[in-house]
This record gives sequence, structure tokens and C-alpha cells, in this order.
Amino acid sequence: MKNFIRHAGAVRRSFVVVFFLLYPLTVFAHKRGGEAIGFASGFLHPISGLDHILAMVAVGMWGAQLGAPAMWVLPVVFPMVMALGGMMGLIGIKLPGIELCIALSALALGFAVCREARPKLWVAAIIVGVFAIAHGHAHGTELPLGASGVLYSIGFVIATGLLHALGITIGLIHRWPAGRIALRVAGAVVAMGGVFFLWKAISGEAA
Amino acid sequence: MRQLRLILFWLTLAITLIAAPSAHAHLMNTGFGPFSDGLTHLFVTPEDLLPVIALALMAGLRGPRFGRAVLFALPVAWLAGSTAGLLLASPVALPVTETIVTIALGVLLATDRPLPRAAVVCLAILLGLFHGILNGSELPKQSLSSQISAAGVGAALFVAVSLLAGQAASIRVLWARVAVRVAGSWIVAIGLLMLGWAMRIPG
Repeated sequence: MKNFIRHAGAVRRSFVVVFFLLYPLTVFAHKRGGEAIGFASGFLHPISGLDHILAMVAVGMWGAQLGAPAMWVLPVVFPMVMALGGMMGLIGIKLPGIELCIALSALALGFAVCREARPKLWVAAIIVGVFAIAHGHAHGTELPLGASGVLYSIGFVIATGLLHALGITIGLIHRWPAGRIALRVAGAVVAMGGVFFLWKAISGEAA
Repeated sequence: MRQLRLILFWLTLAITLIAAPSAHAHLMNTGFGPFSDGLTHLFVTPEDLLPVIALALMAGLRGPRFGRAVLFALPVAWLAGSTAGLLLASPVALPVTETIVTIALGVLLATDRPLPRAAVVCLAILLGLFHGILNGSELPKQSLSSQISAAGVGAALFVAVSLLAGQAASIRVLWARVAVRVAGSWIVAIGLLMLGWAMRIPG
């Protein structure tokens, strides 16, 4: 009983969490014509492509490898720059070589993690920023037309942020000697994925 | 235990945002009367909730005195704005301006600008008046229930600001402060996408 009273605050909050989990949401089996359908489709969008996942997780891993302040500057800056690219895509501003840049992002970021590259913070921020614009633009161009994209945007940004958080969490193994090697191997795997997507992008453009 | 509480709080906030079924320019009918309709309105309207989250967290990060000032200034200004909005003949909708305000508050939170207390209070009053007028103009005219609904929105604001600013003011560790700033950058990102959506030309 004493334990229960001591944890009453946490229990109350858990009830609130459960309440919102059980909160009824409208479910759509199909997309409504020409309308963004909300949080779920926005959340699933960034995690629907492996090239995007690899690049965003690699940003987090690289940030963790670089340590403070890059570890928190990159996750603060990336969503804003990516959304700027998304906005450009949404309003129809064309940018050349987006697919190539996306493919290159996984290769370059994976290579940076593999090599434990330590450029100056502003250089790292520019590299990540350019790739963020490319990823955001691609997402923005692909987004369905919608009367209100608020919930879609919330889902989209949260999914992107969680991918960074995943990368940072993986990157925290960097503090152990074996972890440093494992992280560099993970970077090499991301870079190999980047080579595959780059090959696909080049062959797609040639065709 | 403190960390568990913090995690539960942010989880609840995230799920509240996720669970918001859709944006409601008009008050949704909860079936519990106009006060409950107003109370619910804030939590199911991301356009209203996002700038409030940004402002409350920003005030909380600056300290308890800032949080307390916003706690009273924002709901009072919102109520005054709602009353003014009720006097307008037709509903007012300014989605682009609303989004720009959200982005600006998100930027202030993400950059953790050390603003003076007077500036934070001014921001709270301006935000309250602006959103209050927009909300009030949507409510039915010459009806007592509209005033009661506005009071419900004011009560929801009081609760939201006290929870958010209180949590932010109690932050002592660096990573938690960074997490709040990341939340600010997410609000900016959401705002930029909303802006793109508002400016999008179909076809």
C-alpha cells in the first residue's frame, strides 16, 4: 500500500497515457481523395524509404560520434532545414539532382561515421543541412494534396526526430572501445547502402 | 523516479498531440455542455495548441517567475480576444499568419533566447489576443454558451501552461533542456510544413 501511495503520481499519469491510447481515432482503409489523411500517414512517410532511414539514422550516429555540441546541434537544426526543403517541395520550387543527392547522403554520412570524420561544426552542419534540404524536398514533392496538413506534418516531423534519436542512441556505444569499432562498422554498412542507392539513382537517370 | 515522471509527462504530451483527431476551427460538441466544449477545444486543435506549447516551454525555461507571468497573462488575453472576436460580424481565418506566429515562437524556444520578462509577457498577450479573436469570431454570436465556451478555453490554457511551464522550470539537467529545445525545432519544422501546405498551389 505504501508503495502504491508513493507511486500514485506515476500511476495517475499512466492512466492519462492509457486514456489517450484508447482515444478513438478515425481509421481510413483508403486515402480520401486528394486529402492528407492525418498523423498516421505523416508518421509513416519518412520511414517508408530505406534511403531516408539510413541517412537520418546516420546523422544521429555521426552527431553522437562528434560529441557535444554537435550531438544536440544537429538534431535541433536538421528538422528545421528539412522542413524548409519540404516547404520548397510543397510550393513547387524545383531543385536539380535531388535523387542523386539523397543517394549520396547515405554514402557520405556512412563514410563520415566509418572514418570517424571530425570536421569543424559549421562544416558538419552545412553537409547535414544540404542533405536535409534534399530529403525534405523529396518528401514535400511527394506529399498528397490536403485541405489541412497539420496532423500529417506533426507525424512527419516526429518520425524524422525519432529516427535521429535512434541514431544518437546507437551512437552512444561510441564511449566503449568495442562500441567505437561497432559504430564504424555500422557506418560502413550505411555507406554500402548508399552505394546501392547511388547506383540505382544513376541507372534510373540514365534510363 | 524523477526521470520516470519526466518521461511519462512527455509521453502524455506526445500522445495528446497524436490523439488529436482533427483540427477544429469550430468548437467540437463533447455532449457535456459549452464549458467542456471549450475545455476540449485547445487539446484537439493543433493550430492553437502548438504556439501555446512553445510559449509555455519558453517561459518555463526562463524560470518560475516567467512561467507564472504567462500563466495569468495568456488566458486573460485569450478571453479578452474571444470577447472582442464575438463582436465581429463574420468569422476571421488567417492560417498563414497563425503559422508564422507558431514558427516564430518555435524559433525562440529552439534558440533558447534569454528574453526579458516584459517581452515574454508581451508575447503571451499578443498570442492570446490574436488566437482569442480568431476563436471568438468563430463562436455563435449573442449566445451565453459562447462566453462559457471561451471560459473553458481559458481554463484549458491555464492547465496547459501550468503543466508545461512547471515541467520546463523544474529542469536541472542539460539533456532535458536540450530535449525541450529540440521540441522547439520540431514546432518550427511543423510550422514550415504547414506554411508550405497553406501556400501550395493545387495541380
